[in-house]
Amino acid sequence: MLSQEMLEILSASKRAGWVVEPEAKKLLALARVAVPRFKVAAQEEDAVRCAREIGYPVVAKAVSPKIVHKSEHGAVVVGIQADEAVRSAFQHLRKLPGFTGLLVEEMVSGIELIVGAKIDYQFGPVILLGMGGTGVEIYKDATLRMAPLKEKDVASMIGGLKAHALLEGYRGAEPVNLPSLTQLLLAFSELVMDLQDRIESIDLNPVKCSAETCVVADARIMLVSRDPESAET
Amino acid sequence: MDFTKLFEPKTMAVIGVSLTNDRHPANVIYYKNHLRYPVKVYPVNPHGGDLQGEEVYPHIGDIPEKVDLAVIAVRAEQVPGITEECVRAGVGGGAVISGGFAETGRKDLQDRLVAIARESGFPFIGPNCLGLYSPKCVDTFFIPNERTVRPNQGGVAMVSQSGGVLVDQMVKFALEGVGMSLAVSIGNKAFVKELDLLRYLIVDPSTKVIAFYVEGFGKNEGREFVQTARQSPKPVIVLKAGKSPGGAMAVSSHTASLGGDYKVFSEILAQFGVAEARNEFELVSFCESLSCYPRSIEGNIGIITGSGGHGAMAVDLCSNQGLQVPFLSESVRQQIREKLSPSIQSIASLGNPVDLTGSAVDDDFVLATSVLSKAADVDCIVMLLLPYLPGCTMDLGARLSQVYRREGKPIVAYVPHVERYRMLIEGFELNNVPVAPSIDGAVLMAEAMRRCQPC
Repeated sequence: MLSQEMLEILSASKRAGWVVEPEAKKLLALARVAVPRFKVAAQEEDAVRCAREIGYPVVAKAVSPKIVHKSEHGAVVVGIQADEAVRSAFQHLRKLPGFTGLLVEEMVSGIELIVGAKIDYQFGPVILLGMGGTGVEIYKDATLRMAPLKEKDVASMIGGLKAHALLEGYRGAEPVNLPSLTQLLLAFSELVMDLQDRIESIDLNPVKCSAETCVVADARIMLVSRDPESAET
Repeated sequence: MDFTKLFEPKTMAVIGVSLTNDRHPANVIYYKNHLRYPVKVYPVNPHGGDLQGEEVYPHIGDIPEKVDLAVIAVRAEQVPGITEECVRAGVGGGAVISGGFAETGRKDLQDRLVAIARESGFPFIGPNCLGLYSPKCVDTFFIPNERTVRPNQGGVAMVSQSGGVLVDQMVKFALEGVGMSLAVSIGNKAFVKELDLLRYLIVDPSTKVIAFYVEGFGKNEGREFVQTARQSPKPVIVLKAGKSPGGAMAVSSHTASLGGDYKVFSEILAQFGVAEARNEFELVSFCESLSCYPRSIEGNIGIITGSGGHGAMAVDLCSNQGLQVPFLSESVRQQIREKLSPSIQSIASLGNPVDLTGSAVDDDFVLATSVLSKAADVDCIVMLLLPYLPGCTMDLGARLSQVYRREGKPIVAYVPHVERYRMLIEGFELNNVPVAPSIDGAVLMAEAMRRCQPC
C-alpha cells in the first residue's frame, strides 16, 4: 500500500515525468528499501553543514529535473573529504541546467549492481538484477523475473548472473551480504507491485553491495506519461 | 467457456461453400469431413442448391438439427451477420476461417464480432485461422485431403497463432511418431485466446502435453498464462517467434534496454516452469519426450554408449544445454564392473559416459541401465544404441524398457531411424520410451524435462 507521503512524492513529480534522486530515495526508504544517509542543501553553507552531519567522506550530486543521466553531465563529485571541497563542488554543480539543490550523501562502497523494474506489456511488473554501474550496458549481465518475487526467485536471479561468483566471494574476497540483497529485492518488488499503474520503469543503479550491507546509491523512477485512470484505452 | 461442442462436434455446418468452385476452401473443408469423418456435415450457401447430391441450406437456421460447430468461411463483412444467425440457431461454437479483420486494419469488424460472441457466450476461434483438427473427429483445415499429413491420435495438443506453423509441425509430429489429441489454429485470437485453451487442455483427459506457438500475448495476458501453466499438472511447452528486437527504440532506462521483450518472455517462462522450445526441432523433441515423461528433472545425465565417440559428442551436447554429466561414484562403477561380461570388464570405461565398447552384449546394457536407474547420481539416462554392434540384438529396446518400467527413471534413446532397425525402435516406443533419430535429439529429450523445472 502506498502511504500518503509516497503519493505526495509521486504527484509532485508528475510534471517532470520522473522522480528525481532525493525524492526517489525518500520513496524507497519509506518502502524499506535501504538507501545511504543523505541530505539536500539549497545553499552553500547548508551543504557544508549537511556534509559535517553526515561525516566525511561524502558524495555530492546536483539535483535537477533536467538531468536524467548524471554521470554524463559531470553532475557527481565523489570522495569529498573537507568543507572546502563541498563548497567548490556546490559552486561547480550549481551551474548545471535545472539545478535545484545539492544532494550530500555518505560514501558507500561495494560491488555495483543494478536493480530495476519495468512494466512489461505482456507480463506486467518485472524485476531486473544485473551487474551495474556506468558499464551496465556493456556487460549486459542481467536476469529478470516476474514480480512479485519470492525468496527462491531472488536466489535464482543471483545464481543466474554470469558474475554471480563475484557476489559469492571470489578469490578470497568476502561475499556480499546476500540476506541484505535479498531483503532489498523483496521490498523493492513489493513497492513495484504497488506502483505498477504509475511507473514505466525504475533504475536503481548502482546498488552498492558489500559484506556489510546493500544500499541504493542512485535511483530514478520514470513515471507513466498518462494518468492511471486514462491508461486503459 | 464451454469448448466441448466446438472440439468434439457431432454435427457441423460449413457456411460459405461455393456452388461453382470446388476448390474453394469451404468446399475442401466440407468434402473432407463429409467423406472421411464421423461428424455429420451440412453445407450452407444463401443460394441453396446441392453439392454432389447433398442439399445445400440457404441459412444455418434451415438445418433440421442442432449444429455443434459452424465453420464460417464467408467474406469478412458478412461474418458478424452470419455469427448472429449461428447464435439464434443455437450453434455450440464457431471457427471463423475468413481473413480481413484486425490483420488488415479492420479492427472495427473484429470488435463487432467479439461483441456478438461475448454477449451471447458463443465461443469462436479465429478469425483468420485454419480452425481445428481433432483426430478421428473433425478437421477444418482447408488443405486438400490427399496432401494432409495427419499425426496419429496421441497425447500432444498444440495451439498456434500461425496456421502454417501448425500444419508444418503436424507433418513433423507425424514423421517422428508423435501423436496428437488436438490442434487449434487461433489466428487473430479475437475471442478465444491461449489462456482459455490452456485451461481447457489442462482438464482435457486425452491431452498429456500442451504446446503453444506464440508470436505475442495481449496486454497482461502473459502474466495469467504463466501463472495458470505453473499450476498445470501437464507439461506446457512454448515456441516463441519474434525474438529479435524490433529496431532500436529509444529507451530512457537501463532496465528497459537490458530487459528486451524476448529476454523478459524467455526468463519468465523458465521462472514458471514452462518449457521454452527455442526452435521447431526442440518443439518436436520436447513434445515426444514429455508425452512419455510428464515431469521435471534437475538435469544430471548418465550416458550409456557402445561407442566412445558417441559418448563424447553427447557430453558436448549436454554441456551446451547446461545439463550435468556427473562422474559416477566408486560404488556405482563397482556395481557395474563386477557383473560385466568378462570380455569387456577390463576395457569398458565407466566414469560417465559409461562406454561399454563395441564388444558389449545385451546383458551389459541391461546391467548398466539397471545400476544407473537405482543410482542417485543421475536422474535421466541417455542411451546411445548402435544397432550394428554384433553383441546386441533387436530385442534390446524392449529389454531396456523393462528396466524403465521396473525402476521408473526416465530413459531417452538414440537409434538411427532406418527401416532395418524398426524392431529395435519399436521395442522402446511400444513401452513408451522415446527414441530420437540423432544424438542431439536424445539430449534435447532430456533437456525437455529439465526445462520444466521452475527456476
